[in-house]
Amino acid sequence: MITKFAFLIPLLPLFGFVMIVFFLRWKERLSAVFSIMTILAAWVMSVIVLIETLARHGEAYEAFYKFVDLPRFILEIGILIDPLTAVMLIVVTTVGACVEIYSVGYMHNDPRFSRFFAYLSLFLFSMLGLVVANNFFMIFIFWELVGLTSYLLIGFWFEKKSAADACKKAFITTRMGDLGFLVGLFMIAFYFGTFNYGGVFAKVGEGVIPAGIITAASIFVFCGAVGKSAQWPLHVWLPDAMEGPTPVSALIHAATMVAAGVYLVARSMSLFVGSAEASLVVAIIGLITSFMAASIGLVQNDIKRVLAYSTVSQLGYMIMALGLYGYDTAQHGHSPGFYAGTFHLYTHAFFKGLLFLGAGSVIHAVHTNDIQEMGGLVRKMKTTAITFMIASLSIAGIFPLAGFWSKDEIVAAASHHPIFLVGTLGIAFMTAFYMWRLCFLTFWGEPRDQHRYDHAHESPKNMTYPLVFLAVMSVIAGWVGLPWLHQGFASFVYHGEAYHPHANYLLMGISLIVGLSGIYLAYLMYYKKSISAEAMAERFRPIYKLLYNKYYFDEIYHAVLIRPVLAVADFMWTFDARVVDGLVNGTGWLTIKWSDIKLWFDTWIVDGAVNGSGWLVRQGANILRFLQTGSMQFYALFILVVLIVFGVFKLEATAVLVGWPFVSIIFVLGVTLLWLFTRSAFVRGRNGGQTKSEE
Amino acid sequence: MLSSLVFVPLAGMILVMLIPKDKIQAIRWTSVIVSLVPMLVSFWITWDYFFNHSGTSAMAYVEGPYSWIPSLNIQYYLGVDGISVPMLFLTGLLSTVSLLASFNITNRVKEYFAFFLLLEAGMMGVFVALDFFLFYVFWEIMLVPMYFLIGVWGGPRKEYAAIKFFLYTLFGSIFMLVSILILYFTSEPHTLNMMALLDHGPTMGHTLQMICFIFFFIAFAIKVPVWPFHTWLPDAHVEAPTAVSVILAGVLLKMGTYAMLRINWPMFPQVLRELSFWIALLGVIAIIYGALVSMAQKDLKKLVAYSSVSHMGYCMMALGAFTSVGAIAGCMFQMVSHGLITGALFLLVGVIYDRAHTREIAAFGGLGAKIPVYTGIMVLFSMAALGLPGMSGFVAEFMIFVGAFSGLNKIMVGISVLGVVLGATYMLRMVQRVFLGEFNMAKWGGLTDINAREIIAVAPLAVLTIAIGVYPKPLADLMQATLEHLVNLMAR
Repeated sequence: MITKFAFLIPLLPLFGFVMIVFFLRWKERLSAVFSIMTILAAWVMSVIVLIETLARHGEAYEAFYKFVDLPRFILEIGILIDPLTAVMLIVVTTVGACVEIYSVGYMHNDPRFSRFFAYLSLFLFSMLGLVVANNFFMIFIFWELVGLTSYLLIGFWFEKKSAADACKKAFITTRMGDLGFLVGLFMIAFYFGTFNYGGVFAKVGEGVIPAGIITAASIFVFCGAVGKSAQWPLHVWLPDAMEGPTPVSALIHAATMVAAGVYLVARSMSLFVGSAEASLVVAIIGLITSFMAASIGLVQNDIKRVLAYSTVSQLGYMIMALGLYGYDTAQHGHSPGFYAGTFHLYTHAFFKGLLFLGAGSVIHAVHTNDIQEMGGLVRKMKTTAITFMIASLSIAGIFPLAGFWSKDEIVAAASHHPIFLVGTLGIAFMTAFYMWRLCFLTFWGEPRDQHRYDHAHESPKNMTYPLVFLAVMSVIAGWVGLPWLHQGFASFVYHGEAYHPHANYLLMGISLIVGLSGIYLAYLMYYKKSISAEAMAERFRPIYKLLYNKYYFDEIYHAVLIRPVLAVADFMWTFDARVVDGLVNGTGWLTIKWSDIKLWFDTWIVDGAVNGSGWLVRQGANILRFLQTGSMQFYALFILVVLIVFGVFKLEATAVLVGWPFVSIIFVLGVTLLWLFTRSAFVRGRNGGQTKSEE
Repeated sequence: MLSSLVFVPLAGMILVMLIPKDKIQAIRWTSVIVSLVPMLVSFWITWDYFFNHSGTSAMAYVEGPYSWIPSLNIQYYLGVDGISVPMLFLTGLLSTVSLLASFNITNRVKEYFAFFLLLEAGMMGVFVALDFFLFYVFWEIMLVPMYFLIGVWGGPRKEYAAIKFFLYTLFGSIFMLVSILILYFTSEPHTLNMMALLDHGPTMGHTLQMICFIFFFIAFAIKVPVWPFHTWLPDAHVEAPTAVSVILAGVLLKMGTYAMLRINWPMFPQVLRELSFWIALLGVIAIIYGALVSMAQKDLKKLVAYSSVSHMGYCMMALGAFTSVGAIAGCMFQMVSHGLITGALFLLVGVIYDRAHTREIAAFGGLGAKIPVYTGIMVLFSMAALGLPGMSGFVAEFMIFVGAFSGLNKIMVGISVLGVVLGATYMLRMVQRVFLGEFNMAKWGGLTDINAREIIAVAPLAVLTIAIGVYPKPLADLMQATLEHLVNLMAR
């Protein structure tokens, strides 16, 4: 059983990446060939896995390994192969192989040719890893890795400022969505105790988790999808992402990575059916996105941007269908929404990939993205033009092409909800219109830029073959989901119970008429010119301006988000330098000032006291020095006086009273004598130079 | 075994000082070779610990307790467990890497390398000491070489930065000393043995515990640095020579969080429970605030420095969620991962500074076209820093978030997740302005790509960053028993 080795499917492109980076990058041709071989091998394995899954009647295969095993914190890495995975594997490897082959021609002569293939291989590794993941943690890892490769590839020609801006914008905008996804993951870890899909969904089914928690967790998880699948209000990065090489736009920004959000919603459908509110949010976001993007697509002139808005719109379609399924199922109804969403994801990958590769072929030929400078190219590049128009028919939902069948199911899913039904049909009309506006302006009519037209040429075979292959797929891919089939797509990829579609001819008719009338209007305006496009633009000037400027979302975000954040950052920096660090330096300053005060105190008070006492002693010494005469007679006299004085005081009190005149006389006499002696001693001391030390 | 980690660099320092100062090559290579010994020993310890000791939380490779100053009951006591082993590994690796990255030092080479080896001895000592006296000595010893390394070999404002670093840390150390003395004098018999004090801590009076906890916290918070004690960090980083920045970010900051886990948290669990919300809040503020300030930086090195503040904020938030083994494990992962990633980023900023003699972001642009290998490595580490899966930073942040979500206020954790977007924003803005866009041939035409020695210095960090990111199990297993033990202690 090859399915057991399905983990090799992502590892093959990783092997290609490693080989190119470390060994093959100096050999351009070999890098490309090796990279293509790995993806082809992955494709073969995917086909076998699909067959085996079909043979198992869609029974899931799961294998995993725990690589962090702490109490209440388990991370596992593993693979889950069920019908949804198997189909996604086919989509990714098929489009991936086509794009890689195409890129050999498209990227010819690029100085970073090998690097391009290395990045593509890394992307395919991440994308396939995302698809086979068996738990929310692992899908998040690969989710971020596809974001990285998307960043690297949008900025592949990073010398262009627009590309450098775009890749940063893409990464940061999708990361805003991932923020919500992360919070959703924390909620899952905390309330469900596991990241494993099966474990989480089982808990939802048991009904042990409060409804509010399920609603919050699903909406947070959906945030991730909003970012990655460029849903409103985070859709702004995808049109700018067209700065990347066109094959990248085809693979990553049309067929696979941007569909990862849809895949995530489909994968976690068991979570969404646990909450009607969350599902309704999903459906409404999908509808708003789809309608908004389709309306912007009506008036854009850059061929890739029209396709980018078309992608956003179609992704919104799928999201809406899935949301409606969750909503209906949560209320115990039946809905084809899940089938419609996943089926459209599958068919869309082929025709949108083809449209981008076709656009790349055109750009390769005329070196401009502006459809106003093209025209009449059908005469120069037949294969490109025909395949491009097949894809346009398919996306417009024309019978019996692939897009017809999947779009029809989306209409059916919306049919129970009037607002959604009207919206869906309106979007279908706009889609047909803008796609065929593109076709007529690019391939028909007279060339509007003769110089570019003269130099235009059909692309080389390695570019046109993938176009042809994808054109075939754009026609037949939908046939696996014919409503008359008993064992079709719907009974293979389903959620809950197998869904058996039934042909609703009324809805089919309506959606076909809507599609055709969109094409007819485009025909009248841009081919026959019986209705003037300029006059229409003039008549609905405010609406035209609003659409042409993409509802001013970029400007609004710049004003309310980017500028304020940068301003806050600058403010914080000033705050940090002035206030926080100011406090630190202020403390230092205060300490220094404080020590200055202490220095003053020390010098004048503390040291002053010390010096002052020294001074006092010296002054006292100067007085006492007078007694140090060195004269024997003086000393004798001094002793005598002292003895007398002490003798007197030794007398009894009465004796003192009686003898006081006598004592007084002696005292006065003594003092006088002393005074005389000291005077003479002082004079001698002065003259004698050195005096003795005090006492 | 553990003593050799401390004393081999010390002996190496003496050896380097014996070499005549004009033998520059000899000095350089002697230091590198000397530092290989503790590096290999730390590797071997990691290896052996993983296979033979990681099953229990007991201290391994214990030396002592030998009586050192008997009159004060001070002991020579070393040992390691699951939280110190990764730090030893990081210290051993980053020291050698930094010494290799120091070959462009031409001024006073001998003193530089001698100081560097002394620094390594101090760092190793902090991570192996189990006696407070010893711990304090190593903690302080490290300041001296660090002061000189910044103050002598630093940039234009080196004296200011060095003094600020030194005084700020010393200021904190005084608080730590007071706490240590309180613990010493309230324990009976008086002891400085950390293991014994683990049991003594919770028996102290509540007020005393609170005082000890807060004093220890101030000392360690300055080291981490926790907002708002962080402003010494950008100054020190910007002025320090490249290799010193690597050590500063890679090892020194971790000493703060390590000490919290080793001492502060398990010793005073009651206080911890009361304060954990505020500690986590400081962490969340640091995450957002650091990221925003980072965004406003015009100097590459300052940007990385402030990103450190943000990244260490994750550690603090995790430490606030101390009831969860996952969060604490995430904190350890973040310490290791930040050491690797930020260490590498500083090395890489040094590489471009050596060539361009400027670190001003606005001066560059479009370098991706001229120096693709350097650009590739830089983008790799920028992605690692912004938490891209497949690299260690993501594993750490994810574990922290999940752990914190279960243990803390959920709205607070939800706000902290904003750091993920802000992190991507400042890193990618930097990448765009330096490496993408148009290349100025006239100005930077002579720029050369990263050379072999620089690649060798940064390669092990890249390998480990990716290895831990892809396969975190060994590191988690290595710490698990210890962390469970610690969480039990903290839950007392």
